[in-house]
Amino acid sequence: MGIERRSQLGMCLMIAVDGLTLSRGERVLFRDLSFSAVSGEVLALTGANGAGKTSLLRALAGFLRPDAGTVAFADVDPAEARTKHLHWLGHLDGLKGARRAREELAFQAQWLGAGAGGVAAAVDVLALEPLLDLEVRKLSAGQRRRLAFARLIAVQRPIWLLDEPLSPLDARWRAALGLLMQAHVERGGTIIAAVHDPLPVAHRSLDIGAGR
Amino acid sequence: MILWRRELSLAWAGGGGPLLACGFFLCLTVLVPLAAGGDPAGLKPVAGGVAWVALAVSSILSLERLFERDFEDGTLDLIALGPVPLELAVIAKAKAQWLAVGWPLAVTAPVAAITLGLPPSLAPLAALAALIGGLGFALTGALGAALALGSKRGGLLIAVVVLPLFIPPVVFGAGALERAANGLSPAPALAFLVAYVLFAGLITPFAGAAAIRNAQG
Repeated sequence: MGIERRSQLGMCLMIAVDGLTLSRGERVLFRDLSFSAVSGEVLALTGANGAGKTSLLRALAGFLRPDAGTVAFADVDPAEARTKHLHWLGHLDGLKGARRAREELAFQAQWLGAGAGGVAAAVDVLALEPLLDLEVRKLSAGQRRRLAFARLIAVQRPIWLLDEPLSPLDARWRAALGLLMQAHVERGGTIIAAVHDPLPVAHRSLDIGAGR
Repeated sequence: MILWRRELSLAWAGGGGPLLACGFFLCLTVLVPLAAGGDPAGLKPVAGGVAWVALAVSSILSLERLFERDFEDGTLDLIALGPVPLELAVIAKAKAQWLAVGWPLAVTAPVAAITLGLPPSLAPLAALAALIGGLGFALTGALGAALALGSKRGGLLIAVVVLPLFIPPVVFGAGALERAANGLSPAPALAFLVAYVLFAGLITPFAGAAAIRNAQG
């Protein structure tokens, strides 16, 4: 039974982190960190600048190899979970400045495996239509973030790893993305987000710096 | 496949990188006879070699673009989470590099060879050898570009890493032209060139993907 199927069945374990130790260069960010996130849950990672929120997210996404400990995704092989069940939205939106918004969204959705209608729904929900024919470099930071967020809507993947997802957005779009996050966890998804400001959606907090 | 098409359109968009490489290639080959003085006979024995050195240097120009841009804007993270293993993504990018830069350079190669004083009858061979060698340059170049990820002065580093690795194709490619110019069959040299491409095709995906994962960490 894969993550996709399980997430339809209500609460179940999505990510289990066990005894994770992570360091950048010589500096140990945290030792022996263990936590888990279940479906239907938003987990907010808090902590001072440099506490290791981004590094933790990158370790969950498989970009960073931990010094010790494991990251497990339900009963799915981590490599498969990362390429099929996981969305990553980091500081960088992963968009090419010289290309049009439409091309970038189409590529990202296609690359991650969007079904028919996924892109159209995302464009609709995030009000991207007026931006689609513009070059990405002409968009504001907030507009770019909305465009990057569209791939999360266009392609159904249960686990969202978000790094400061709302920081470039105005109040209206923060609230709107809060609703989208709410809808995602109500469908059985899981969100782990590194944040400074409180998320506009019910969440559990985990202070990364506290364990030191 | 999706990635490969996107890479191709990216290579041609914004500044016409491939045409720039061709222009650079031609400039180099015109510069050499001018610098060597007006004696075509003196140039003839080294013409093949000079053409291949110019080809190798021109192939390096756009390598910095290959992974560094994607690394800086976060696309590489996205690529890593796609359905295709990173090893195949490296191959797709190298292939796109070959089509975008290697092919235009191969088309330019006969012009360059004739400019340097090789007989026009060798033009098809020059293009063919440049085409095969171009795939080798793209593969080895992709490896160099992956290794240089995240370093300052990446472009310079790529050149320093990659140029020594370009020695075999330059030797074999120039050898093919020289053998043909002397009335011998160029086949053995071309066979070595193909062998180099196969070898690079075997090493690059794994080493390149490992280098990318290392840079992402």
